[in-house]
Amino acid sequence: MKKYFLIFFFSFTTGLSFSQVKVYEKYDEMESELLTNLSPDTTYVINFWATWCRPCIKELPYFEELNALYEGQAFKQILVSLDDPKKLESKVIPFLKKNKIESNVVLLADGKANSWIDKVESSWSGAIPITLILRGNEKNFYEKEFHSTFELEEEMLLLFNN
Amino acid sequence: MKSLINTFLLALLIGVTVTAQNGYKVGDTAADFSLKGVDGNMHSLADMKDAKGYIVTFTCNHCPYAIMYEDRLISIQNEFEPKGYQVVAINPNDPEVKPEDSFDNMVIRAEEKKFNFPYLIDDGQKVYPVYGATKTPHVFLLDNKLEVKYIGAIDDNARSADDVEERYLANAINALESGTNPNPSTTKAIGCGIKSK
Repeated sequence: MKKYFLIFFFSFTTGLSFSQVKVYEKYDEMESELLTNLSPDTTYVINFWATWCRPCIKELPYFEELNALYEGQAFKQILVSLDDPKKLESKVIPFLKKNKIESNVVLLADGKANSWIDKVESSWSGAIPITLILRGNEKNFYEKEFHSTFELEEEMLLLFNN
Repeated sequence: MKSLINTFLLALLIGVTVTAQNGYKVGDTAADFSLKGVDGNMHSLADMKDAKGYIVTFTCNHCPYAIMYEDRLISIQNEFEPKGYQVVAINPNDPEVKPEDSFDNMVIRAEEKKFNFPYLIDDGQKVYPVYGATKTPHVFLLDNKLEVKYIGAIDDNARSADDVEERYLANAINALESGTNPNPSTTKAIGCGIKSK
């Protein structure tokens, strides 16, 4: 019983430490702020997802775990939500709280997807989830769902260990 | 012998995967199909006699981006069906993976929204890989000879119909109508990945 109480208490406090979600109206804004002048020694993991996308939600815990494992190292993760910005307060934030997502989450509200999909990656069809792993001049692109933390970590380490 | 069979199966599998990844490009000739619609009848493009073009749209019930475009797809049919261009909607998802996209739920949704075009189920998921659809919604505009003329999005703003600046699909159909090639002939949009096991 005591154990359950502690778990409850712990989840309650981590829920409170949840940070805000920055909304980008335009892709270019997000790109210049988050995806340019990247530190050449840092490995960046960028995942595009949405609360309504089931495969995205299924793989999110693996990203969360990866973030926990590599936080504080030369590693940075950004989860880019493509949810409707009108649903930020009613859906996205409650979802992040409920699932105790501690990773950095931003919301891209730019509806003109044809103008920015190719900027993210020219081979991207537009389906989500997708993941980009970047380091220096290297870029790996995955239009797929990851099925374990290990699978994701293996891909991340390809660049991280370079 | 067994390994020979395995090799054969592997080759077959690779062959299928490659086809699935490639799909159609603008200029290819699309294959016709025979799929069950929400009216209970089987539909194929050949049945739509005298059509000048076909707006084959992979879409579904559950995907928010597909839902955002339901009303706009109805408008496209209203606008272009009198000119001879027919919207044909196909749900490519496996209902076992996504129960909201079951045939029964398609019937319900088509009734709720009063779809004015056939809404067909890709039973067995055999059609979407041939076309190379990757997500919903995903449009393939074909001319009367089934040549692929345009692939991609309906317009340039999924979230807000009021803020659309370029009606890609409507422009592409108008290009066909005036005997020219659509420009752009391909566009991209965010969508839900097609669900399969």
